[in-house]
Amino acid sequence: MIVFDRVAKRYPNGREALAGVTLRVNPGEMVFLTGKSGAGKSTILKLIALLERPTRGTVLVNGKNTSSLKPRHIPAFRRHIGVVFQDHKLLADRPVYDNVALPLVVADTPLREIDKRVRAALDQVGLLGKERMSPLELSVGEQQRVGIARAVVSKPPLLIADEPTGNLDPDLALEVMRLFKRFQEVGVTVVVATHDVHLVREFGQREIVIENGHVRGSGDDDLPSVVARR
Amino acid sequence: MSLGSYTARHTQAFLGALGRLARTPLASFLTVLVVALALALPMGLKVLVSNARVATGDFKDAVDISVYLKTNVALTKARQLAASARERPDVANVTLIPADEALEEFRTYSGFGAALEVLRENPLPHVLHVHPTPGASSAAAVESLRRYFAAWPEVDLVQIDSEWVMRFNAILDVLRKVLLLAAALLGLGVLAVVGNTIRLEILNRRAEIEVTKLVGGSNGFVRRPFLYTGLLYGLAGAVLAWGIITATVLVLAGPVSTLAQLYGSQYTLAGLDARDSGILLGSGAVLGWLGAWISASRHLREIEPRA
Repeated sequence: MIVFDRVAKRYPNGREALAGVTLRVNPGEMVFLTGKSGAGKSTILKLIALLERPTRGTVLVNGKNTSSLKPRHIPAFRRHIGVVFQDHKLLADRPVYDNVALPLVVADTPLREIDKRVRAALDQVGLLGKERMSPLELSVGEQQRVGIARAVVSKPPLLIADEPTGNLDPDLALEVMRLFKRFQEVGVTVVVATHDVHLVREFGQREIVIENGHVRGSGDDDLPSVVARR
Repeated sequence: MSLGSYTARHTQAFLGALGRLARTPLASFLTVLVVALALALPMGLKVLVSNARVATGDFKDAVDISVYLKTNVALTKARQLAASARERPDVANVTLIPADEALEEFRTYSGFGAALEVLRENPLPHVLHVHPTPGASSAAAVESLRRYFAAWPEVDLVQIDSEWVMRFNAILDVLRKVLLLAAALLGLGVLAVVGNTIRLEILNRRAEIEVTKLVGGSNGFVRRPFLYTGLLYGLAGAVLAWGIITATVLVLAGPVSTLAQLYGSQYTLAGLDARDSGILLGSGAVLGWLGAWISASRHLREIEPRA
């Protein structure tokens, strides 16, 4: 599903966020990216969602090389990835329903289909019945779940989350992680970046440790370059 | 994507744009007003020129050439000349005014009757009033007729009686050019005003645009509501401009017809006809849309989602 082959990323300000990262995430797998803040976890997620492009190396997502993707194909590419942020990035001036519906609206989904899927997604995160509320009327945990509903509403094969539990107390954090686990169980590939090591241990999934822009462990080290280039 | 959902999307974008304009009525109105003034100015000038053309159209037929024969030309010769002038295809008719008649007329109407008694012989020549066909009433055609008659040996002087009409028409031609230039410049102005308004709106809605792009919204999708906003600004501006011009014409109609009556004319001021109205609304819509398109294409590309 995701292959990084000796990927380096240097930002325009000169900071080298990644220095030769090689890793692989298999389809249907749930993987945690851990490491201190600034280690490069977010950069890896940005490279997956094509919010950034690698300076060197190859990033393959869904079999597509992100470096050679033309700008006009980026929107379609992003529709296959659900993204969850720590600050959830909801639009405060629109009700919950509209926020969740946005990925379907931009994909020109028929209105009836949108209605069905938005309700299904809100049901999955336990927020059915709050469609008409403003995100500002919801608790932080609920807001995060709206963000997750928006990420999964178009049923993307890949779900990535950047510190989704960062603002939540331990109980809510556990609840959110269980939600991600449930999506993985129905076949979605899930990549979660978090610094909450205790939470990660509880789930017993593969953990890729990032340190100073390098993979410190479990990145599928023995990944042959030939495979990565596929 | 089905046609139905395509229509639904566009309807949604259109209504969304309309809603946003309605939510900031004062700011929207100011933009619309500026657009309206920029459109009303050249269109108002156009109406003025058209009216001036119609008003002087009556005089166009009045272009006359007076051919003064030399005083020693006999009346029979003058008749021959009149007959040969009539044969030209660009001449509608020729009236010969014999010297005697002219003198009689002059005596009756000028008030110099007593003074004329002193003269021993008639100082006036025979005159041909040549009236060109409507097709030959342009400045150039009339001038070539003038030269033709001036070349006759029996002719003393050729005078074009309605030179002022042609001068006036030439001024109108200059005005028409000015009008085109003004329309072009003010059209650019509309582009700039709408473009800048759209730019500000894009900046205001930055977060929304970022999120939309993040979930896979194409540039086209993000741009669509802004294009409708621009279209609405242009169209509303054009409608307001139409109102301004029509109101101005209504206000001026009374005084102008009074003025015309004083000159013995039935002339009434004409407003925007269907064609002008179409041009006004069409150019408003196109300029608004185009201004929004230029601005949105420029500024939306700069906004990329950040994580």
